[in-house]
Amino acid sequence: MSDNAESPTENQKDEPSIQQTVTEQTGLSDEKKKIDVLLKAVGDTPIMKTKKWSVEKGRTIQSLSQFISRFLKLEPSEQLFIYVNQSFAPSPDQEVGVLFECFGSDGKLVLHYCKSQAWG
Amino acid sequence: MADDKDVLRDVWFGRIPACFTLSPEETTEREAEPYYLLLPRVSYLTLVTDKVKKHFLKVMKAEDVEEMWFEYEGTPLKWHYPIGVLFDLHASNTALPWSVSVHFKSFPEHDLLHCTSNSVIEAHFMSSIKEADALKHKSQVINDMQKKDHKQLWMGLQNDKFDQFWAMNRKLMEYPTEEGGFRYIPFRIYQTTSDRPFIQKLFRPVSAEGHALTLGDLLKELCPASICAEDEPKRFQVMVHGIEPLLETPVQWLSEHLSHPDNFLHISVIPAPSD
Repeated sequence: MSDNAESPTENQKDEPSIQQTVTEQTGLSDEKKKIDVLLKAVGDTPIMKTKKWSVEKGRTIQSLSQFISRFLKLEPSEQLFIYVNQSFAPSPDQEVGVLFECFGSDGKLVLHYCKSQAWG
Repeated sequence: MADDKDVLRDVWFGRIPACFTLSPEETTEREAEPYYLLLPRVSYLTLVTDKVKKHFLKVMKAEDVEEMWFEYEGTPLKWHYPIGVLFDLHASNTALPWSVSVHFKSFPEHDLLHCTSNSVIEAHFMSSIKEADALKHKSQVINDMQKKDHKQLWMGLQNDKFDQFWAMNRKLMEYPTEEGGFRYIPFRIYQTTSDRPFIQKLFRPVSAEGHALTLGDLLKELCPASICAEDEPKRFQVMVHGIEPLLETPVQWLSEHLSHPDNFLHISVIPAPSD
């Protein structure tokens, strides 16, 4: 597993729906509407083969969390916690674009995800 | 400094008189009387409305009751925003008491987060404080605190204990004198006219030249539509805790004195009332 970027096209097999939204809402010329998000698993939570995703800025943490849960085929009863800076869990309605502006580094936003509460 | 301490107290004890009425869409066994309550501005709706719930449950059948939620003039009220922010944003310049509708059915999944217990509010509140401290001190202050210190912040808010809360919160308000303020100011700007939930960006309290930046500077950079030239009629009001602070007020002072207990400075930009 590497942290190397993969384009949304390469992700298509893994998750058609995210690819669809990305193309629909941003078009080809408007790259600024998307940001790079790096997803890292914590503890015994399964890792994702693709770690770096191109995500629309307006996408919420809740929608990202649902995407990860589907991707990992979690049971509906299983919770998923998402953390920024390995310290706080942003509110589910928070936009990834806002988090990127405030807590992104090296051109990407690093989010940790976990099936149990990892911090705080 | 004595005067500034009074500001903290005034902010903490800010109250909004509210009248809760059961939505006509709810099924009741007999007519539900409205319920009046003084709401603390700095608290959360779901944290202070146990009595409202008990009051309305008396006239309802158990099978008609799902998760309670609130609405004002068609807008579902987000419990995870402080009460004062909800009022300033949606109900400024309207007659008091604030008239809030209570629902027990048809939970608006797209607009509201679920709140099944006080521990959900506590988790949200503590996360906000941690996010704010990440901006103010790179998380150093909150990480140096112990679990019981975090608990003290939450219990202070939950039980409306000003001294208990501020004995701990003052540590989150400290900064190195030579820097003149926090690293970044934790703030959120809400607008009724925007689909986006709020504006939040990195903003330093002191300019590169070393002078204190003001509320006006912040708005000019991040929400230019909210301020207008002097010869123009005022189109927007910029509200914090129900008042319009002078645009010349340094943001560092605002952050220390007019932040909510979650350590964010919540700023509501609303259309100015037309006479």
